[in-house]
Amino acid sequence: MNHLLILGAGTAGTMMANKLRAKLDEAEWEMTIVDKEKAHYYQPGFLFIPFGIYDPERVTRPKADYLPDGVRTLWAEVEKVTPEERTVRLADGRELSYDLLIIATGVTPDPEETPGLHGALWYEDAFDFYTYEGATRLADKLDTWKGGRLVINMSEPTIKCPVAPLEFAFLADTYFTEKGMRDDVEIVFTTPHEGAFTKPIASKALSSLMEKKGIEVVPDFYLMEVDEDEKVLRTYDGKEEPFDLLVSIPTNKGADYVAESDMGDVEDLNFIPTDNHTLQAEHYDDIFVIGDTTNVPTSKAGSVAHFEAEILEENVLSYINGEPLTASFDGHANCFIETGFGKATLIDFNYDTQPLPGKFPIPGLGPMSLLKETRLNHYGKLAFEWVYWHMLLQGRHIPVPTHMSMMGKVPEEEADPELVAA
Amino acid sequence: MPQVGIAGETIDVNEEGYLTNSEEWTPDVAREIAKVEGIELTDKHWDVLEYLREQHAEGAKLTIRRVGKSDVVDSVKEFYDLFPDGPLKKASKIAGIPKPASCV
Ligand SMILES: Cc1cc2nc3c(=O)[nH]c(=O)nc-3n(C[C@H](O)[C@H](O)[C@H](O)COP(=O)(O)OP(=O)(O)OC[C@H]3O[C@@H](n4cnc5c(N)ncnc54)[C@H](O)[C@@H]3O)c2cc1C
Repeated sequence: MNHLLILGAGTAGTMMANKLRAKLDEAEWEMTIVDKEKAHYYQPGFLFIPFGIYDPERVTRPKADYLPDGVRTLWAEVEKVTPEERTVRLADGRELSYDLLIIATGVTPDPEETPGLHGALWYEDAFDFYTYEGATRLADKLDTWKGGRLVINMSEPTIKCPVAPLEFAFLADTYFTEKGMRDDVEIVFTTPHEGAFTKPIASKALSSLMEKKGIEVVPDFYLMEVDEDEKVLRTYDGKEEPFDLLVSIPTNKGADYVAESDMGDVEDLNFIPTDNHTLQAEHYDDIFVIGDTTNVPTSKAGSVAHFEAEILEENVLSYINGEPLTASFDGHANCFIETGFGKATLIDFNYDTQPLPGKFPIPGLGPMSLLKETRLNHYGKLAFEWVYWHMLLQGRHIPVPTHMSMMGKVPEEEADPELVAA
Repeated sequence: MPQVGIAGETIDVNEEGYLTNSEEWTPDVAREIAKVEGIELTDKHWDVLEYLREQHAEGAKLTIRRVGKSDVVDSVKEFYDLFPDGPLKKASKIAGIPKPASCV
């Protein structure tokens, strides 16, 4: 009997458990999945909680309900992987061995990485919305907040769902407008990137949208510390931004055990070195890595985990059959961006092609507009919740191609960033 | 691809002024690019440039954080002090390696 072990039962781990259990013979392959937490959070829903659009209960369901029969589930924290011995040690002392390992333990925000962030102001005047607790507490804060200077900040350039901070800014604009207090709130978006987004056309389009909505963008702002007494953010090069209310996206880190586990050059953020195309761990043939915890140069997003899962399913089966790994991930990412007042925009890109304007065909729903605010995109974003719980986690086919397609897109040379924002 | 004359040599660069062939880099080239960026290169700067070239040759993914945590500087702060306003972008340009691909 062979043993396939999956670490992490979040978006990516759950998809892989479902896909592979359906494909692997139970008489030949035993499967186990390990997670330290029993609740599955629909993380994209965290964005809506602070504004009272979603109730907190709505985003939480038992992980066990989404895992297939025939997969043993262990609720425990992973403490160390020893690739040379093909073993995994859990915090409760148990040791598991594997023939094939899939790592899907994601990333978590860690406010302690930034001096002054996780101190006296935390959950008083400084909040995150990337966790259930942060989003819920921020909802209470916004409910009674009288206004002032709202500063949104990313501690580090690499975070999961890199568009979520922008969406937060847009939704804050709507929220305060609808409450009749927009004039009492200054919204400032500080980012370590050169602009609102990392790629030029989308960055221009999103920056001008921000400007239109009266949101100030402060680029090249790399946070060093939060001055708790002065309520000021300070960068390494001495720039300062005072705030009344800070919405922080703390440093996103991979799980602690990664650093203990000899996975190669993981730096101090614990992103695992992963082949960009096969999704095999860089140093070990019998380990595959998927989702936010990889170091592949594309967005860390649920949609990315989904496209990766399609590739990984094929490559794991090839590996088991002793065949070459022919499926190749292209970095495809597809993200709806809420822009407020019932509209959203959409970006679709990969390792080689930046987000471009144009149309994005989705059978059944009709073509969506890329880099343009529309109501249909907003409905697409909302529909993603249903798709996530009912199709994506089960590993069902979703009618969006795994590899990015140029169909409908305006080529880079012809794209006019000035026009796409409107 | 544009070419520029730097330190008496003809060097291939991209639209943003980054060398497209890091083999064409020489210390003189570095000094000239640094001058344009308003930086006088000290020993400490040279240590950083050497580190970046080494890391690049090994295929490492470079970030400001990574350089800051390396032994070549004490901290991210020192890296900023050496190369103000976007230290990794500036130092990479002077070191003759490609602009670091920003994460997405
Ligand atoms: C606010 C917000 C908005 C977002 N919006 C979108 C969106 O609109 N569209 C989109 O596509 N994506 C979005 N995302 C991103 C998306 O949620 C993630 O990219 C996706 O969940 C990644 O899947 P994953 O399996 O890699 O990680 P996760 O789903 O985070 O799962 C990791 C799992 O590993 C477990 N784990 C971690 N460490 C250990 C350990 N040591 N031992 C045992 N178990 C462990 C965790 O408990 C968790 O269950 C958003 C994220 C946030 C925070």
